[in-house]
Amino acid sequence: MISLNVNGKNYKVDVSDDVPLLWVLRDYLKLTGTKFGCGIGECGACTVHINGKAERSCTIPVGKAQGKKITTIEGLPENHPVKKAWIKEQVVQCGYCQPGIMMQVAALISSKPKPSADQVINAMDDVICRCGTHPRIKRGIKAAVEFMRKEG
Amino acid sequence: MMNKPISRRSFLKITGLTIAVSATPFGYNVINASAQKEGSFKPNVWFEITPNNRITMTMGPSEMGQGTHTALGMVIADELEADWKQVKIMQGPASEAFKNPAMGDQITVASSSVRGFYDPLRKAGAAGRAMLVTTAAQTWKVPEEECTAFNGTVKHKKSNRSLTYGQLCLKAAKLQIPKEPRLKNESEFRYIGKPVPRVDIPEKVSGKAIFGLDVKVPDMLYGVIARPPAYGAKPVSFDQKAAEGVKGVRNVVPTPMGVIVCAETLDAAWKGRNALKVQWDKGTLPQMDNNFIEKTFMEDLDKPGSVAAKVGDAQKALGEAQKKIEATYFVPFVAHTTMEPMNCTAHVQKDRCDVWVPTQAQLVSRMLAAQFAELPPEKVQIHTTLLGCGLGRRAAPDFVIEAVVASKVSGKPVKLVWTREEDIKYDFFRAATCQRIQAGLDSQGRLTGWSHKAIAGSIMKDIDPKGIINGVDIMSLWGLLDFPNAPTNNRIMYEIPNFYVEFLLSNLPIPVAPWRAVQNGPNAFVIECFVDEAAHAAGKDPLEFRLQHLKNNMRPRRVLETVAEKAGWGKPIAKGQGRGIAQHCCFGSYVAQVAEVSVNQGNGGVKVNRIVAAVDCGPFVNPDTIKAQIEGGIIEALSTTLKEEVMFANGGVKSENFDDYKIIRMSEIPEIEIHIVKSKEAIGGIGEPGVPPLAPAVANAVFNATGARIRRIPLTPQTVLAAIQKK
Repeated sequence: MISLNVNGKNYKVDVSDDVPLLWVLRDYLKLTGTKFGCGIGECGACTVHINGKAERSCTIPVGKAQGKKITTIEGLPENHPVKKAWIKEQVVQCGYCQPGIMMQVAALISSKPKPSADQVINAMDDVICRCGTHPRIKRGIKAAVEFMRKEG
Repeated sequence: MMNKPISRRSFLKITGLTIAVSATPFGYNVINASAQKEGSFKPNVWFEITPNNRITMTMGPSEMGQGTHTALGMVIADELEADWKQVKIMQGPASEAFKNPAMGDQITVASSSVRGFYDPLRKAGAAGRAMLVTTAAQTWKVPEEECTAFNGTVKHKKSNRSLTYGQLCLKAAKLQIPKEPRLKNESEFRYIGKPVPRVDIPEKVSGKAIFGLDVKVPDMLYGVIARPPAYGAKPVSFDQKAAEGVKGVRNVVPTPMGVIVCAETLDAAWKGRNALKVQWDKGTLPQMDNNFIEKTFMEDLDKPGSVAAKVGDAQKALGEAQKKIEATYFVPFVAHTTMEPMNCTAHVQKDRCDVWVPTQAQLVSRMLAAQFAELPPEKVQIHTTLLGCGLGRRAAPDFVIEAVVASKVSGKPVKLVWTREEDIKYDFFRAATCQRIQAGLDSQGRLTGWSHKAIAGSIMKDIDPKGIINGVDIMSLWGLLDFPNAPTNNRIMYEIPNFYVEFLLSNLPIPVAPWRAVQNGPNAFVIECFVDEAAHAAGKDPLEFRLQHLKNNMRPRRVLETVAEKAGWGKPIAKGQGRGIAQHCCFGSYVAQVAEVSVNQGNGGVKVNRIVAAVDCGPFVNPDTIKAQIEGGIIEALSTTLKEEVMFANGGVKSENFDDYKIIRMSEIPEIEIHIVKSKEAIGGIGEPGVPPLAPAVANAVFNATGARIRRIPLTPQTVLAAIQKK
C-alpha cells in the first residue's frame, strides 16, 4: 500500500512502488488533468508540485512521492493567478500540455514573484508546446505576475 | 485465458479495403426537417432552442485547439441574433448530416471548417431568426417589419413588448423553414469579426477537459502493442507464456500489426509487452538509413517521371534564356508529435460498438470500427473527445482499428495507448521531397521558363489511390499545383509563361500523410527559396522581383506589400543579420512573411529574431483565433526549419522521443507580429496557411546575412556552417 497526499487529501493506493506517480494520479486517483507526453521528463506535460517544487511526475516512482505534499492542476484554485491569466490572455490552443505548463509557471512565480525575461525563458525551456502558444505563454506569465501583485 | 485469434487472412481482407473519403461535393441543406424534435426548436442539426431559453449548438468538426467550435458558434449566433451567454456548444457524433460541404466528409482537415461551414451556418442561423420574428409577430398580431430580433429576444418597439427565444421556440418550430432567409449586412454583425474568447479554454485551464487518454469506461482494460522495429518486419518468435504470466495481464494476441497485450493496468500491459521479448526479422529494406534515403531521392531525380503540368514550352524558353539557373533542394521527413500520443478506447459488444477517440475523421473511424467489430455502421457510436493536437495525424484511423480489435479479442472495453516512442516510430510522416528546378530569365530579368522535377512519397496512396492520376499525386505537389479549378489555390502564383512540372513517386517504404499544410510546406520552401535565387540572378530586390511576377495577382501582391511595409523591408540591418521574404497561398488564404535572423558565422548557429506576417483569408470570424493560428503555424514551421528531421536506421525509425527528436522551445521563439489584411474575397482557411512561407523566409534571411544559399532544412549549425564554408 502506498500512502499519498494529493491536493490536501490522503489516499491509500494498492500499487507497486515503481509505477510512475503520473499513472497513479491519472489511473488510480482519477486526476487526469496531469498529462502523459513523453515518459522521460522531457516535455513537462506531467508537471506537478511536490513540496511546492515543479517536478516531472512521469519519472518519479510513486514510492518516492510518499510523505510529500503533491499538488496537481486540479489542486490549483480556480482563482489562482495563473489560471485567471491563462483565460485572460487566451493562451491555450489544444490545451493538452497546458496543465503541466501552468504548474511550471505557478512554481516559477511563487519562488520568483517578479521573474526576469531570462528567468522566464529558462523555466519555460523545460516544457514543450506543439501548438506554438509560446508568445501567449509569455503574455500569460506577465498577466499572472500582475494578478499576483494586485492580490498581494 | 481465452484469446480469440484473428486470422491473418481476414485481417488483411479488411485492412486491404481502401480507407477512401468521398471527394464528391456535398450539397448542404439548411432545411432539415428530420432534425426537428418535440419540445424544442431544432430547425437543423446544428442548433436547438429550448423553452428554458438555452441554445445548444452541435458541431461536426473536431476541436483540436484551432478554435473551430467557437468560430462556428459565433457564425450561427450572429445570424440567429442569439445572446452568446445562452449558447452552449457540443461536439457532434459521427453522422452524414455533419459532412463539411467543402470536403464532402465529416473530417477536420485542409483548414476547411470555417471556410466550408461559413455560408450554410449563416443561412441556418438567419432562417432561425426569421422564424422567431414571424412567431412573435403572429403572437402579437402585428406586421413582421415592426419586430426586431436582438440578443436572444424579439421586440416590438411600438408596444414595448418583447419575448425571449425560449418563449417563442415551440411555436417557431411549427413554421415552415424559409429557403432564402435575409442574411445580415456586415455592419450588423455582432460576433463575426470580433475577438470572442474561446469556449473550450476554461475547462482546459481547470484541468477537467477530457482528451482521448482521459476517457474512463467501467471495467476497462489497457491495451498496448509490441510493434516491429523495421518496416515490414515480422515476428520470428515471442514468449507468449512469459507475457501471460505477468500479474494483471489478461490477453496476449498476435495480430498483423504486432502483438496486442491487454491488462488490468497500463503498467501491467507494458510489463507484459516487455516480457514478450519479440524477435523480429529484418524487414523489407534493412539497409535503409538517412544516407540511403537521401541517395535514393537523388537517384530518383534522374529517372523519368510523369508530366504533371505543361504550359507553353519551358525547354525552349530555357534554351533561349539570357540567363539560366538550376538548383536541387531536399526536405526530410518530419513527425507530427502531437503532445497527446495516439490512443483510442473501444468497447465492442454483441449489438453495439462505442469508440471514444480524439479523431479528425469521424466517418472513416465509424466505417472502419464497424468493419472490425463486424457490425453495421449504425451500431457504432463515435464519441469524439478533445484532441491533444491533430496536425493531420489524427485523420488516420490506425489507432481506431487497433482499439476495436483489442476490445474484440478481450471482450472488454479497452483503452489502447501509444507511448511517445511509438508515436514517433509509427507516425505517418510529412513526406520528404527532393526537387530540381531550372529557370530561365530574359534580359529584363523576368522569368520566361520554369522546369520543375519533384520526387515524393504518395499522400493519396493510403487515403484514396484514385487520387493518383497517371502517376501524379496532386497532394504531394500542393503548393506547386492544385486540382483543376480548386478554390483552395494550393498552387504557384507567379506569372511564368512557360511552365513544366514532372513528378515521380518515391517508392521507399516510409508511410507519409498530411502534416499541417500538407506538402504546401516543403514545396513552398523549394519554390520561394528558388524564386529568391532567381531574384539574385536577375540582380533584383527579392520583393520587387516577386511583385514583378504577380502583376495580375492582387492578393499575394497585397500581403507582400503589407508585410514589407510593416517589417521595414529595405531598411538597413546590423552586420551578421539578414532579412528574408516569402509568400504562399494555400487553402484559399494568402500569407507573406518577413524573417529577421542573426547568423553566427563561426559555428553556423541561426537565431530567428523576428517574424512579421500578413494574412488575407477573406472575411474572418474570430481575429484572435486567426492570430493564434498563424502564430502557431509559424512556430511549428520554425521548429521544422531549425531542428526537426526523423532519423532512420536498419530499415526502421531510429528517432525515439523528445530527447533525440527535438522540438522548438521558448528560448528559440522570435518576436512575432501578425497583420490581417482585410478583403472581400472568398473565405479561406486559417489553421495551416501560416506554415509554408516561414521556412523560405528564414532560409532567404540566412542567405541575406551570409551569402550562403542553403537548399535543405533543417538549418542546423552544421548545415549552415558547411554552406558558409562552401561559399
